[in-house]
Amino acid sequence: MEYTLFILLLPFFSFLLLGICGKWLSHKTAGIIGTLSLGVVTALSYTVAFQYFTAGRVDGVFQTLVPYNMTWLPLGSLHFDMGIMLDPISVMMLIVISTVSLMVHIYSFGYMHGERGFQRYYAFLSLFTMSMLGLVVATNIFQMYLFWELVGVSSYLLIGFYYTTAPAIAASKKAFIVTRFADMFFLVGILIYGYYCQSFGFDFDAEGFAQGAYMLPTALVLMFIGGAGKSAMFPLHIWLPDAMEGPTPVSALIHAATMVVAGVFQIARLFPLWIQYAPDSLSIVVWVGVFTAFYAAAVACAQSDIKRVLAFSTISQIAFMMVALGVCLPGHHGEVIDNHASLGYMASMFHLFTHAMFKACLFLGAGCIIHAVHSNEMSAMGGLRKYMPVTRWTFLISCLAISGIPPFSGFFSKDEIITACFAYSPVVGWIMTGIAAMTAFYMFRLYYGIFWGTENKELHASHTPHEAPLTMTLPLVFLSLVTVTCGWAVNFGSFVSASGEDYQIHLDTQVAVTSCVVALVSIALATWIFKGERQPVADRMYAAAPALHRWAYKRFYLDEVYQFITHRIIFAYISRPIAWFDRHVVDGFFDFLAWGTNALGYRIRGFQSGSVQKYAYIFLLGALVLLLIMII
Amino acid sequence: MDYSQFLYMHEELSLLAVITILFLADLFMCPDKKSGKGTFNTVLPVLLLTAHTLLNLLPCSEAYSAEAFGGMYQYTPMMTLVKTVLNVGTIVVFLMAHEWLARPENRVKQGEFYLLVLFTLLGMYFMISSGHFLMFFIGLELASVPMAAIVAFDKTRYESAEAGAKFILLALFSSALLLYGISLVYGGTGSLYFDEIGILLSGESLLGILGLALFITGMGFKISLVPFHLWTADTYEGAPTVVTGYLSVISKGSAAFVLMTVLMKVFGVASLVETWNTGFFWIIIASITIANLFAIRQKNLKRFMAFSAISQAGYLVLGIMDGTAQGMTALVFYLLVYMAANLGAFAVLNVVEQRSGKIGMDDYDGLYQTNPRLAFLMTLCLFSLAGIPPFAGFFSKFFIFMAAFKAGFHLLVFIALVNTVISLYYYLLIVKAMYIKKNEHPVEAFRSDGYTRAALFICTAGVVLLGLAGVVYNFIDGFSYGIN
Repeated sequence: MEYTLFILLLPFFSFLLLGICGKWLSHKTAGIIGTLSLGVVTALSYTVAFQYFTAGRVDGVFQTLVPYNMTWLPLGSLHFDMGIMLDPISVMMLIVISTVSLMVHIYSFGYMHGERGFQRYYAFLSLFTMSMLGLVVATNIFQMYLFWELVGVSSYLLIGFYYTTAPAIAASKKAFIVTRFADMFFLVGILIYGYYCQSFGFDFDAEGFAQGAYMLPTALVLMFIGGAGKSAMFPLHIWLPDAMEGPTPVSALIHAATMVVAGVFQIARLFPLWIQYAPDSLSIVVWVGVFTAFYAAAVACAQSDIKRVLAFSTISQIAFMMVALGVCLPGHHGEVIDNHASLGYMASMFHLFTHAMFKACLFLGAGCIIHAVHSNEMSAMGGLRKYMPVTRWTFLISCLAISGIPPFSGFFSKDEIITACFAYSPVVGWIMTGIAAMTAFYMFRLYYGIFWGTENKELHASHTPHEAPLTMTLPLVFLSLVTVTCGWAVNFGSFVSASGEDYQIHLDTQVAVTSCVVALVSIALATWIFKGERQPVADRMYAAAPALHRWAYKRFYLDEVYQFITHRIIFAYISRPIAWFDRHVVDGFFDFLAWGTNALGYRIRGFQSGSVQKYAYIFLLGALVLLLIMII
Repeated sequence: MDYSQFLYMHEELSLLAVITILFLADLFMCPDKKSGKGTFNTVLPVLLLTAHTLLNLLPCSEAYSAEAFGGMYQYTPMMTLVKTVLNVGTIVVFLMAHEWLARPENRVKQGEFYLLVLFTLLGMYFMISSGHFLMFFIGLELASVPMAAIVAFDKTRYESAEAGAKFILLALFSSALLLYGISLVYGGTGSLYFDEIGILLSGESLLGILGLALFITGMGFKISLVPFHLWTADTYEGAPTVVTGYLSVISKGSAAFVLMTVLMKVFGVASLVETWNTGFFWIIIASITIANLFAIRQKNLKRFMAFSAISQAGYLVLGIMDGTAQGMTALVFYLLVYMAANLGAFAVLNVVEQRSGKIGMDDYDGLYQTNPRLAFLMTLCLFSLAGIPPFAGFFSKFFIFMAAFKAGFHLLVFIALVNTVISLYYYLLIVKAMYIKKNEHPVEAFRSDGYTRAALFICTAGVVLLGLAGVVYNFIDGFSYGIN
């Protein structure tokens, strides 16, 4: 399967071509180059998946293939490698990334039409896709880290795509700084891991792991902090809502479907280590996840910017995946990984897959709406159902999926997660059920707010909203078709499972019925409150608890807290003294050093006089001194 | 006598063939002085040398070592590798020389340039492959006497002639010391064969240590290590820029490699290794530090590059410490990377000098305004020389520090690291001049010719790719060897 190398190379070349020669290409050519190369990548990914999964299992598990690997930097016994590794989750990620990325490439034709910097946009999209693909197929943690940072860079570039507007610049900086801050922990974790286990690789059978086992929990938790930064877990989530300043298709690709699940993927990749050496530390993952899921859902209920609602919903859903990984338990019967005890692993990956599809669909739908009304605010919308039928129906399907209504895909994956949570502890199970209910509520609040509710007639009269062009609606239809079918049409467990063995998904009737009923009740509640032209219930609710609404709307003032800590405390009391020390003491020392060097250089210039006799003289003296040194 | 032994020398023979062909071509195709007609130019030497390089790479695939003529001539695959590196460097030098040789005063004698350069290259080949001090000395002289001729190539120019004179006088002086050292070694052991001396020489013999010290002195001249470096600045400044490039990379690199192999083979006894480690310890510190101190104050860029080359030589010699296999890999890799970066910088200096006649640091003020691409390439090369990641120079420095560190020279590595920071300062001075400083009369915008651009392309590719492609280092590592 050497051709897998092209999966990485094609987008890279497309990035180079568009990045370097972009300004000589027309918009159309640039878009076609980007999209075509991505189309080939998608075709290759599907071929890989087909070959990989039809190759069959050996001893009941899928083999881990390394079709390509090279030592990049040798460091004695340790070495940094670059390569491609195929196992069920990386192959699944290949499909997710290439599919969503292709959809976004096509969609952007319409959405970015006539924008300045169109070629640059496609170049960055290619760069991102390449980095993300490199991240998931990494053969070792170091390669993963490299691509992890590249993903961060391309995310930074794309958030700041409209670099002439102040909020975009601020948002891109914020995203980069926050995730880099978290990545610092990731790097420290990697170094500890490499030092104590004498390996950066993912072949966890090596004996080094046993001997470094006592440091592994520390290393893994540090890496989890890095993952939490990328995956926007509380309290490192603050960059994601602001990242919505980027073009909407970018939000769909990077900040909903692919990059933000990198943290989840990282834990899944290191899962054998977690479960074998640090099962207790997994409870950290659980509780961080639970709190994030709740917090984000609560904030999402009060936002008025539709992209912000979707952003918080993303945070909440990723937290679901995190929780699912956290609730895995070591096997009972001697085996380390048992499919039943580690149901959460499969559930998490399943939810990652389904969520990527419907969330991308939601974001792209939001893009169509923003395209039509030129605003992100719900107040500019309302009653759009008659203007934009395709968007409306695909949006509805995705809303139903995320709320967990059968037969849409989200139902199946979320159901598995909640089942796994109940197996871990009933408390977590009920909390997650409650958050699932909140999910249904705020998603339908959003749906009604956009397509029903109070129409902004004034605005719509001056500028009638219209359905988006075909390039934009086609991806919506495709993604919603996937959302409708992928839950029941395929048995996800027979592709991806914790131990690699075939796992038959069967619904736990009790959980399924409960979560369905809860979701339906929430939807009914949302319908009752938000569907009508006038919304007396909603108004009364705001009036009854204005403080709560304001707090939730302001995201519980967490950004302000960060502002306070960084500006008032860190900058004033830590940075300023350090700056003073740097300017006066450190700089002074180096100025002195430079002055000294200069003066010395001036003094010894006499040696370089130009006279050959003198040169020979010094030469001979030098030889004698050398001789003296060597004899002594 | 078994004439098939000559086949082991196929590299030298094929280079000799190239030289013969060029000699004949020079006779019949050289431009006429009056009419200026004639078809001899850069294309033929470059093509021939490229063919020669490729041909010699072929047998490299089967790794073997051999001896010929009773051990006078020795061969290991690593030598082919180093010779190939030198070949590539020479090709780049030829490419960048085109513009200079196309000048009216040089057109007639361009054949001489190629021949002289290739003769020095042949001398280096012999030095590299020698297994006997006589052969080694012949190689050394063959590599330095024609060198003096090309240093003084612009013979009507006063500086060039002066540089040539200084070079040949000091080369003779160092040769004399070297020869004296060899004679002492011969006195101690009664042999000139490397292998035999290696066995016979013991660490206690004073004659051996004396010979070693004088040998290092002689080679230190070729590599321009402090305190045997004084000719460097004057010669580099006076010689034609192309020749300076050749001198600073090819000549220096081959000498450093030979120094390492001969030390390992001849003076490889443990107690002698200790001795030369001590010697190099001080030589390296002196070279890097003193060269850095001088480089900061230079106003002429060729003089500047001379001091930069001395400090780079100090880093290069770090790989020799303790004679380890890792050190040899690091040294050859460093040489390769240094070649790309330094020749790239010289290609820019040369083309600017040819077009505008300017070579001072102040003349480069505002180069970015008029020639942005040249300024950019120059920046890349300087970054690599300074060792800024992700350029190749960072990796080569990293590997060479790593090798010395593993050999246990922690203090030395620390001092070298501090000096890297100082060197950063003066390399960035040029970058600052090109990008930030304002100039009323900047170098005018021009478009360099295809040959220079080809040279620049090769160098830039090396600077950008060599470090990132870990295969290169691993490939070299496959051939290197240490003291048993």
